[in-house]
Amino acid sequence: MSQAPLLEIKHLTTKFSTEQGIVKAVDGVSLHIDPEETVGIVGESGCGKSVTAESILRLFDEKTTEYGGQILFEGRDLLQLSEEEMRKVRGNRISIIFQDPMSSLNPVYTIGDQIMEAIRLHQRTSRRQAREKALELLRLTGISDPERRLRSYPHELSGGMRQRVMIALALSCEPRLLIADEPTTALDVTIQAQILELMNELKEKLQMGIMLITHDLSVVAQMCSRVIVMYLGEVVEEAEVTTLFDRPLHPYTSGLLKSVPQLDGRRKQKLYEISGAVPAMHEVEACCRFAPRCPFATELCRSKAPSLEEAEPGHRVRCWHYKDIQANGGGSDGSGLLVTA
Amino acid sequence: MGPAYSSPHEHPLLQVEHLSKTFRVRSRHGWRKEQLKAVEDVSFSIYEGETYGLVGESGSGKSTTGRTILRLTEPTGGKAFFQNEDIFSLPSRRLAFLRKKVQMIFQDPYSSLDPKKRIWSSVAEPLAIHKQGTRKERKERALELLGRVGFSSRHMDRFPHEFSGGQRQRIGIAKALALNPKLIICDEPVSALDVSIQSQILNLLMELQAERGLSYLFIAHDLSVVRHIADRIGVMYLGNLVEEAPTDELFARPLHPYTRFLLSAAPAPHPRLKRERIILQGELPSPVNPPSGCVFHTRCPHAAEPCRQVKPADREVSSGHRVQCHLYGD
Amino acid sequence: MASLEPIAVSAPPGRGRIAWRRYFSNPLLVTGTVIMSVVALLALLAPWTTSYDPYSIETLNRLQPPSGEHLFGTDQLGRDVFTRVVYGIRVSLLVGASVTAIAGAIGLLVGLASAYSPVCDHIFMRICDGLYAFPSILLAISIVAIMGPQTGNVILALTIVYIPSIARIVRSAALVVQEKTFIEGLRAQGAGVFRIMGLHMLPNVLSPLIVQVSFVFAVSILTEASLSFLGAGIPAPEPSLGNLLLDGKNVIFKAWWMTVFPGVFIILMILGLNLLGDGLRDFLDPGAGSNKRFAKRKNAVRRRRRRSD
Repeated sequence: MSQAPLLEIKHLTTKFSTEQGIVKAVDGVSLHIDPEETVGIVGESGCGKSVTAESILRLFDEKTTEYGGQILFEGRDLLQLSEEEMRKVRGNRISIIFQDPMSSLNPVYTIGDQIMEAIRLHQRTSRRQAREKALELLRLTGISDPERRLRSYPHELSGGMRQRVMIALALSCEPRLLIADEPTTALDVTIQAQILELMNELKEKLQMGIMLITHDLSVVAQMCSRVIVMYLGEVVEEAEVTTLFDRPLHPYTSGLLKSVPQLDGRRKQKLYEISGAVPAMHEVEACCRFAPRCPFATELCRSKAPSLEEAEPGHRVRCWHYKDIQANGGGSDGSGLLVTA
Repeated sequence: MGPAYSSPHEHPLLQVEHLSKTFRVRSRHGWRKEQLKAVEDVSFSIYEGETYGLVGESGSGKSTTGRTILRLTEPTGGKAFFQNEDIFSLPSRRLAFLRKKVQMIFQDPYSSLDPKKRIWSSVAEPLAIHKQGTRKERKERALELLGRVGFSSRHMDRFPHEFSGGQRQRIGIAKALALNPKLIICDEPVSALDVSIQSQILNLLMELQAERGLSYLFIAHDLSVVRHIADRIGVMYLGNLVEEAPTDELFARPLHPYTRFLLSAAPAPHPRLKRERIILQGELPSPVNPPSGCVFHTRCPHAAEPCRQVKPADREVSSGHRVQCHLYGD
Repeated sequence: MASLEPIAVSAPPGRGRIAWRRYFSNPLLVTGTVIMSVVALLALLAPWTTSYDPYSIETLNRLQPPSGEHLFGTDQLGRDVFTRVVYGIRVSLLVGASVTAIAGAIGLLVGLASAYSPVCDHIFMRICDGLYAFPSILLAISIVAIMGPQTGNVILALTIVYIPSIARIVRSAALVVQEKTFIEGLRAQGAGVFRIMGLHMLPNVLSPLIVQVSFVFAVSILTEASLSFLGAGIPAPEPSLGNLLLDGKNVIFKAWWMTVFPGVFIILMILGLNLLGDGLRDFLDPGAGSNKRFAKRKNAVRRRRRRSD
């Protein structure tokens, strides 16, 4: 890509001090997002995808959180900015929307009040101008009858509409980057389809980049151009979306792809299982973090941690044996892999 | 009133006829009581050893349907027969019989176990409630059940908070098996779990069904999961069962416009597959004020005059495939 | 079938040891228990720690300042103040413990019943509202005035006064527990009301109950002392910290020891019990109260989608 990336994260580490000691929720994550690109971050609970997103905006309590590495955005390292400067970035240059729209909106203020507050936080406008802008945003996000909605309270709207309001809020200052943390997980599948389509439209209209965090591989398949797979605080695979689905190299990725029932798969068959479960964050040791659950793990995997290697241009993977696994036919078609009982 | 469709040779394990449940809720303005029609005239049957999937989105009434069968909520209309016994008119004393044969698995693994009880105690509880066996025997049975779902003896004395969501769901399954039920109502059993754990739980459920001849009423909103595990599927919208068919048939030939819409809305699992998306107008109507006639007409691309006026009857279009839609009328 | 490992705490170092560690890392709890243990020990060992009779009058020894013979001096009737203070502490602890136990038990039942049945809820909560409307001292005085000043009546009055606050806490906690899925699961298994209440709801409301009860203990000691100070509590000559304050009131500048020592012990007990209560709250429920940091991680890990139909 000849363009400079919109966002570049270099070796980000985020450490929390908790009752059980220091927890490294994110451990050396590097990724980049190009302008007008949708990048998906996929993983399950405890993988650190949400923590990564919130670290970009430094949303954690800095008395108990320690950040390492660099987050480069618009020529500056966000981790080095003062709190004052960070506030100018949040909601303005980079916006974030969360999973649960009900608790993200203040129940005692109207929608209009909240959107106008967001606008006036970053732009010098009169109330009337802010109201006009708010109406425009509501129309932009496909909310019908915007004048009435401005006067409504969050609890009067359905889940889908509230998420649209969240998107309107997030876009009120036309950010360059939108971080969407599981934006449709709490929504019905029919509403999810509408919201995802809306996000695509807005991305083109406003020329933003989107960081889409989700655990749903189908959403990733339809929305993203590149995918990053995370496990226990590390990036384990990164590729273009079609490559990832056709030729997943990391056993975790291929395991995920095989274990989810597909609408075109064979019914009533025993599904592929990734054995075990995600361990607690503070129990990781200095070896491949996926080794305890990996059907291909060897002594090497259990004693030394692999680093992220570039298997082919644009396709990185963190695994000692990916070449051998691939040679033996491991992949999304399921041949050559054991089904653990 | 008899069932609205032809039944195969066996007699169904569970037969639900014209089930209705209306809640009386306080309106938003606080002074009036309104009717919320959660379930309206729903009829279906479940046979021994089969999995019946009930799909729908929020507000469809699928969870409420499941709960009325166990009389966790009292139905406001209709009948249900379990092994030929009329379960809605059972007096409370006789409910114990029902609760031994029909059990439930819940959606939220984090609140479905008593945090103060050790897991073997939670699993043995159904036996204690129905006064089966001595304390020692109950504990042994609990150990046996927990072993079947994948725990070893050193886990027995632990508390729920020491386990992950998937493991807690397994404990819930062990608990549901304690009384050797014939039918288990699974209310969104995998929705709250991580993707890689879902397959473990689904496999466990399928194994147990094969082993013990269990029947499941599998309530979910995730079509791909339901397709994988269910033999027959009923689709619900705003309290109505709008279509029912054997799984393969439903996916190959969806008849009701809502079913088609549902199928097209799910994102395709591979980047190269693009689905033909049907755009649906409008939002879900409120169940307090459901539309007249066909409950789907406000959003249906094929809506016509009769749809606004008359509620379509249940029609059997082909063997085992029912639909409630004027498009398939006489 | 693969054998599973419990994930959250793999091979915990023995549940007992974790509890000890958490206990000692909680300064409030430790201080509170130390204070109360010292005080309680003092009171329990009264016959051995004091060498005087709290009632014997020796007019020759009136109003003596603290000395080697009389640790806290003597009062206007020549009685040893230290002895009377120790016996007074006994009374305070007795009254406090009795009120706590009885109000705790009744409040627990009322709270559980209110959470379960809307009818009980209306009846009980309106009664509690009525009782709440009175300032506790006035209510206690009225009851004692009607029934006569005796230790037993003081306990009765204070119990009535403090049942509502306990019932309320239990009711709130019980309402939260009732919403949890496992309660519905129990009903689905055929469990009856009493089983659900007694075996499942009760253990789950114990934590907030225990915390509230320690505050009630503290405030009953204070109220009893106030009542006795006003002459409407424990009748003279039986020693109560409040009585002692009343005795010392008239000679407060001549014989400071008659006021200071009882006062100090009242403060000490209230302080100890409040610290204990605060410490217990943190100990029993790490996610609530001031320990917000822990709660955030707990919630972040638990965030899941909910579907309601």
